Amino acid sequence: MTDAILSVAFAGPHVTVQDTGRPGLMRFGVPASGPMDRLAFAAANLALGNPADAPAIEVSRGGLVLACLAGEVGFAVAGGGFILEHDGVKRGSWTVARLRQGETLAIRPGPWGSWCYLAIEGRLACPTWLGHAATHSLSGLGGGRLATGQRWTVTGTRCEADEGAIPCPVFARPRHEIRVTLGPQDRFFAPETVERFLSATWEMTDAWDRMGVRLKGPGIAPAVALDMPSEPVLRGSVQVAGDGVASILLADHQTTGGYPKIATVLDCDLDAMAQLRPRDPLRFTVVSPVDAIQLARTSAQRCQRYLAGLSRGCSFASGHQDKLPPRSAESLPPAS
Amino acid sequence: MQGFPRFTPVAEHGLLVEFGERIEAAIHDRVLALDAGLAADPCPGLAETVPAFASLMIRFDPLATDHAAVETHARGLLTRPLAARQTTPRDVRVCYDADLAPDLAEVARASGLSPEEVIAAHLAGRYEVFMYGFAPGYAYLAGVPDVLQMPRKPTAVRGVPAGSVLIAGPQCLVSTLTMPTGWWIIGRSPTRILTEDPARPFLFDVGDPVRFRRISRAEFGAA
Repeated sequence: MTDAILSVAFAGPHVTVQDTGRPGLMRFGVPASGPMDRLAFAAANLALGNPADAPAIEVSRGGLVLACLAGEVGFAVAGGGFILEHDGVKRGSWTVARLRQGETLAIRPGPWGSWCYLAIEGRLACPTWLGHAATHSLSGLGGGRLATGQRWTVTGTRCEADEGAIPCPVFARPRHEIRVTLGPQDRFFAPETVERFLSATWEMTDAWDRMGVRLKGPGIAPAVALDMPSEPVLRGSVQVAGDGVASILLADHQTTGGYPKIATVLDCDLDAMAQLRPRDPLRFTVVSPVDAIQLARTSAQRCQRYLAGLSRGCSFASGHQDKLPPRSAESLPPAS
Repeated sequence: MQGFPRFTPVAEHGLLVEFGERIEAAIHDRVLALDAGLAADPCPGLAETVPAFASLMIRFDPLATDHAAVETHARGLLTRPLAARQTTPRDVRVCYDADLAPDLAEVARASGLSPEEVIAAHLAGRYEVFMYGFAPGYAYLAGVPDVLQMPRKPTAVRGVPAGSVLIAGPQCLVSTLTMPTGWWIIGRSPTRILTEDPARPFLFDVGDPVRFRRISRAEFGAA
């Protein structure tokens, strides 16, 4: 067990340390944060035999270049169709390899996707906040943002996982048909406005960060003047400002808001939606709350099967069954 | 009130319970009563509850339960009499010196008071934590005296330091991050809402009464 020292040769915006997040603190104004794509995050960790909640690095389309100054460490990259340049070789994300002293690993956006995860065989030495390394982007609290020039230490490094590809399931691809439940404040909108919201083809815009993304599409202004005390909001809320512009709230969302929410994206569709890029089209489909529960359960089973297969696929020591996430949506990374 | 409480499913993991559409103590009391009821007697699959001014969000695990089961449980709790609330009074220290209170003079002009009278009115307010929101540790305190109630500024001011004591309308808050705000800055507090104490990371619980205590510049500097 030794250390590796990684130097950040370049980090684009929105590159942060994440773990599975700190749920349960919204009553204190703290959103759960955690990965934008929870399935890809778990896949990167499990492909290395790590616990599913081990801190890893979330890489945005801004990209990341790391140089290994000392030591040697196994790593996995999962999520999106990013391009890795490592040791003179180009390959796609969804891969396990080793980073050795003197080598450089560059992760850049490729043909598709907005987020990928760099997990490492070892412990990333980083601060925690309220018991979690997940970075809350607004405050910078948690493991933190990666910045050009920083050095990061990995303790207890291993190089045990087999090098090679991680299977990329079809449900990890970007999702354009987004399922929602209506409301909770759809009553503020005229019926024809709700109809316009559901029939339009929307576009992701480049006004995005970990807190939310603005959509381009028809105006869907509320019918009545807003006079609503702030209400709690969830990740996935589609909120509409007074000027009729819609936004979807994401991992680092505000915990309360006074704008009406015309609809809420199913949590099990959010990971694949987060992989959309600016100008990608998307459409919304309403499902009933009963159907939403069923879709969440089906999605959780599918993710569980996929992740269990990744753990079994690892060739090293036994005992990985107990590292699987429990069968609970609180820790399961849902996908479409 | 007609039509309340109103239960609205939110995606596959939320149930919003609304008790009204105004910021009002009686409505807020019902929010906190259900919040406390669920803490004492949680339904299977309960993940967390988030109280706000007039509504409570109940988050649950869709693999363990569903909206209907959570609603049935919550409705059962609502039939019970309101229990006495367990709250703890909290003190927040505040220095009103002019350089830490850039809007004190403007609030004085608008209210027709002297700056000292504004400070006295602010200190005399009976505040209660109605909810957290916006950002970590941003606790919205209801109870700003009528004479100090002003609409927000038309545009936000950038870079307002953490610890600023802000008022707008009936609400007061002590900021925890350096952020833009359109609220009026009438003082600065060394009291940490994000305490950095792992045993009690947030100073207030929702429902706690809060009192402001004036400190001198020397005490502020020493804090």
